[in-house]
Amino acid sequence: MNHLIDAFDVLLDPESWSGPGGFGVRMLEHLWYTALALIISAAIALPVGLMVGHTGRGRALAVISTGLVRALPTLGLITLAALFVGIGLTAPMIAFVVLAVPSILAGAYAGVESVSPATTDVAKAQGMSGWQVLLRVEIPLGLPLIIGGLRNATLQVVATATLAAYVGAGGLGRQLFLGLRTQDYPLMLAASIAVILLAIVLDACFEFSQRLLRRLLGLV
Amino acid sequence: MEWILNNLPRITDLTVAHLLLALPAVAAAFLIAVPVAWAANRVRPLREVLVSGTGLLYAIPSLPLFIVLPIILGTGVRDTFNVIVALTIFGLALMVRSAADALDSVDSGVRLASTAMGYSPAKRFFSVELPLAGPALLAGLRVVSVSTISLVSVSAVLGVQSLGSLFTDGFERGIVPSIAAGILLTAVLALLLDLLLIAAGRVLMPWSPGGGR
Repeated sequence: MNHLIDAFDVLLDPESWSGPGGFGVRMLEHLWYTALALIISAAIALPVGLMVGHTGRGRALAVISTGLVRALPTLGLITLAALFVGIGLTAPMIAFVVLAVPSILAGAYAGVESVSPATTDVAKAQGMSGWQVLLRVEIPLGLPLIIGGLRNATLQVVATATLAAYVGAGGLGRQLFLGLRTQDYPLMLAASIAVILLAIVLDACFEFSQRLLRRLLGLV
Repeated sequence: MEWILNNLPRITDLTVAHLLLALPAVAAAFLIAVPVAWAANRVRPLREVLVSGTGLLYAIPSLPLFIVLPIILGTGVRDTFNVIVALTIFGLALMVRSAADALDSVDSGVRLASTAMGYSPAKRFFSVELPLAGPALLAGLRVVSVSTISLVSVSAVLGVQSLGSLFTDGFERGIVPSIAAGILLTAVLALLLDLLLIAAGRVLMPWSPGGGR
């Protein structure tokens, strides 16, 4: 228990948050990595996922890729990438994108598929083009599930971003590995608690926005 | 390939260590999740709390959990017990929901019929509900087994021996085949365990779709 008190002492000490290597900067780095990975992954996965859902083509491939990524060890992916592109942010970023793409893809096609065929038929019968059906009917109605995919991806990346420091990038993992190498358990613990809190806060934000959306869309 | 052949004894040891971490966690997650899911379905107000509550555990990043857990368990960070408990928690996060849904999917007519035939609640659970929920439970268990096998390796950065050690060693010494072998073996282990579960499902549940041939 003493370690826990020490860890909170570290977290509550303004000193440990300031400075170029402090918790404040590391947390911003952590968030920045997460945001960047999500933007890149969404740019790849959203269009593909929406098209898979809309046309129904390539569905099997999308399902298989989500299953495969679950079996892929993240640490292996990061270290392998690091040996090829060198230490720094590129290697972990490749791993983040590989991990995040299937979740976003799955959310996007599940979202579009969740719209009942009767609804899309009505939209078509009213003279909407394929694009209009997608943009005005399928995406708005599938939005909660599409955001659900982004939520899973975010959780995965926030967790994995801790490992970025293992291959020389920043983020809260820096503090964690610093504590590990210097046998400073309270510091490791403080960093771990910070990552866990960050993940929970982000997840809660998604939960809130999903609920809000469902209410706005009248799906409840 | 040459590197793998030269290091075969070590790779075998690590594979065994990997399984000794993953298998108890998968088994424990399953054995805990089923009664929890049953309780969640019996006491409706509890259901949302238990199912969402355990689901929330999945939001906890794995590496930090490996580090925080020893405070509660009183173990060291590198203890195998610590790693197994952490993996069990992640397994529960996935399994409780799928077990609750699986048990819930048993037709209420069937449940009422078995009660009318004089089954006690315990007998009804083991001889009617569990077998009928079996295929869906198996589907949940397969997801847990695959994700547990791949999660184990993260603990290698803390110094716990598993196939993940092939990643840390390979990275520190710049040996690509070491990392490649680790990824490949993790995937192979996950696949083998999955096939084993499917086979067990066919033997134990010949009534399930695609089984009993």
